[in-house]
Amino acid sequence: MQASDQTPTALMLAIPALLGLALFILLPFLTALALAFTDLRLGSPLPVELVGLEQFRRIFSDADFLRALANNLLFAAVVVPLQTALALALALLLNQRLRGTVVFRTLFFMPVVFPMSLVAVIWTLIYAPGPNGMMNALLTLLSFGYWEAHDFLRDPVLALPAIMLLSIWQGSGFQMVILLAGLQSIPQELYEGAAMDGAGRRQQLFHITLPQLRNPLIFVMLVTTILAFRLFDQVQIMTRGGPDNATTTVMYETVEAVFTRQQVARACAMAVVFFLLVLAITWLQRRLVRQQREVT
Amino acid sequence: MASIIFDNVSKTYSDGVDVIRQLCLTVEDGELLVLVGPSGCGKSTALRMVAGLEAISAGEIRLDGQVVNGIPAQRRNLAMVFQNYALYPHMSVRRNLEFPLRMRKLPGREIKRRVERIAEMLDLTALLERKPKALSGGQRQRVAMGRAIVRDADAFLMDEPLSNLDAKLRVQIRTEIATLQTRLGVTTLYVTHDQVEAMTLGQRVAVLREGRLQQVAPPGELYRRPANIFVAGFIGSPGMNLLRGTMEEKDGNPVLRLGPNRLILPEQVLTEHPGLQTRPGESLLIGIRPEAIRLADDLAEHSLPARVHAVESLGHETILHLATDLASIASDATDPAASTDPAPPLIAVLPGQHRFRPGDTLQLGIDIDGLRLFDMSGNAVG
Repeated sequence: MQASDQTPTALMLAIPALLGLALFILLPFLTALALAFTDLRLGSPLPVELVGLEQFRRIFSDADFLRALANNLLFAAVVVPLQTALALALALLLNQRLRGTVVFRTLFFMPVVFPMSLVAVIWTLIYAPGPNGMMNALLTLLSFGYWEAHDFLRDPVLALPAIMLLSIWQGSGFQMVILLAGLQSIPQELYEGAAMDGAGRRQQLFHITLPQLRNPLIFVMLVTTILAFRLFDQVQIMTRGGPDNATTTVMYETVEAVFTRQQVARACAMAVVFFLLVLAITWLQRRLVRQQREVT
Repeated sequence: MASIIFDNVSKTYSDGVDVIRQLCLTVEDGELLVLVGPSGCGKSTALRMVAGLEAISAGEIRLDGQVVNGIPAQRRNLAMVFQNYALYPHMSVRRNLEFPLRMRKLPGREIKRRVERIAEMLDLTALLERKPKALSGGQRQRVAMGRAIVRDADAFLMDEPLSNLDAKLRVQIRTEIATLQTRLGVTTLYVTHDQVEAMTLGQRVAVLREGRLQQVAPPGELYRRPANIFVAGFIGSPGMNLLRGTMEEKDGNPVLRLGPNRLILPEQVLTEHPGLQTRPGESLLIGIRPEAIRLADDLAEHSLPARVHAVESLGHETILHLATDLASIASDATDPAASTDPAPPLIAVLPGQHRFRPGDTLQLGIDIDGLRLFDMSGNAVG
């Protein structure tokens, strides 16, 4: 970068924002990084000592934390493809020039606007145990009475899928809006050209729409992956990680460690692991998108 | 190969705008017909109706004798070249050329053979692995042409395919398209707003104005014998001058009165306008090509005084905008008899360079062999 006579002014104007970034993001992160190598514990009478990689060794031999990582991976592996597919289907449907699409776009986007805590409370009611719970009643109706009422949120097998379902419902509207914008930026001429070349609707989807939608698709899948690793609100409100760690997550474990057990250093180590995970995902995204830029 | 027939075709948009009104037109098997007109005249809509990209409001379009109104674009077997080429940006040139063949599920070996033959024909072999973004405008245009000819389409539809190229390239590719079309002998409907393109490319040219067909004729005929004042003004650059005159009779021969001059019409003009004999005393519009105006020498029998308004020097010729005492009419006037628009200047094209300046006065002579006469409603005198 070349310095010009405007550089001092530019720096001055950037200082407030830079200060904010340093104070609220850089400093806490560096502190966490430093604390992760200590044994700091709130309320402990012992002096703080440097313990090297001990905290990392501990969390990676902690069954709860490993379960949390596994849950996050499973959650991401199920939610990301399903949610993206659903969002794509909705976007394709709502990209038609039909009457009333604006109403439906609004309806499908509404869950995104609701606060997650509120959504979680409402879905707790939907998942209410016993045959009168809304979800149980619906499944009984759909299966012509073969469904036996379950207590979804206290069932070790069903608790995580239950949270997945509500997350997909809540998140697909956001993805849909981004994919819609992507769809609308595809030139109509490409579809006309493809039609003249003999491509039917299905072939146009595979040869024009999806390749043209590549970048928005990568973007929404990666944002969703990051959000999947940040999974916390639903777990905190609906299951508190249970039953039997079936729904615990890295974030939940971190919060538990620092606020319930005052293990600051251990929580910091978890936060650093979480950060590295997100960093790796972001790096992957940048690589994929750069490839795309080169080819077009 | 197939003929394209418009049978009383109309197109009305949902907001009630008529873009095409009862169009009847036939593109013969193997012919290159150019559809030309000012922007907004409906020429692209007409083309898109043949393609199947636009619904037909009334009438029938027939390809090779078959009505295609209800057949979707992908089943019409027509190839189209778009104004912006519509190349697939995520595919290489090879993939772009292969696309129509893959959609027809041709065997891989056949696809490869055809693509390579076309690439050679259009000089694209070295570019096959590139993406459209890495090509120049002219190269993209050739890929678009290639994608159209790589399969055996029944007809080619071209929607202003040269309008995104610079002037020099346009002339070059224009010739290439004409050569290619003659070589392949494929029925081609070509849409453009550029009358030079129309005149140089078309075996026949159809002039469209506000959705109505004005005239269909070979280029030479269109230039010499425009059917109405719109065609007269649209074809030729600059277009024909239109002056108000009167038919008179002198010694039993028809004489045309133009300002102070009485012009005795030559045999050629009289045979081309047989209706003239019956119109003594009538007002007429006299069409004079700018190329038919010259500087009068002092001995000339008839001459018109004129004052120079503006001079455009092109090197090989000089275009003069002239003010005269004659009543001139704009060729796009809807009602020439009642037109109140300010009279357009008389345009003259003189070969070579001339040192006229605005304000100069000069004497004009007119080469009356090529006069074209129109009645006051704007139609050629039959």
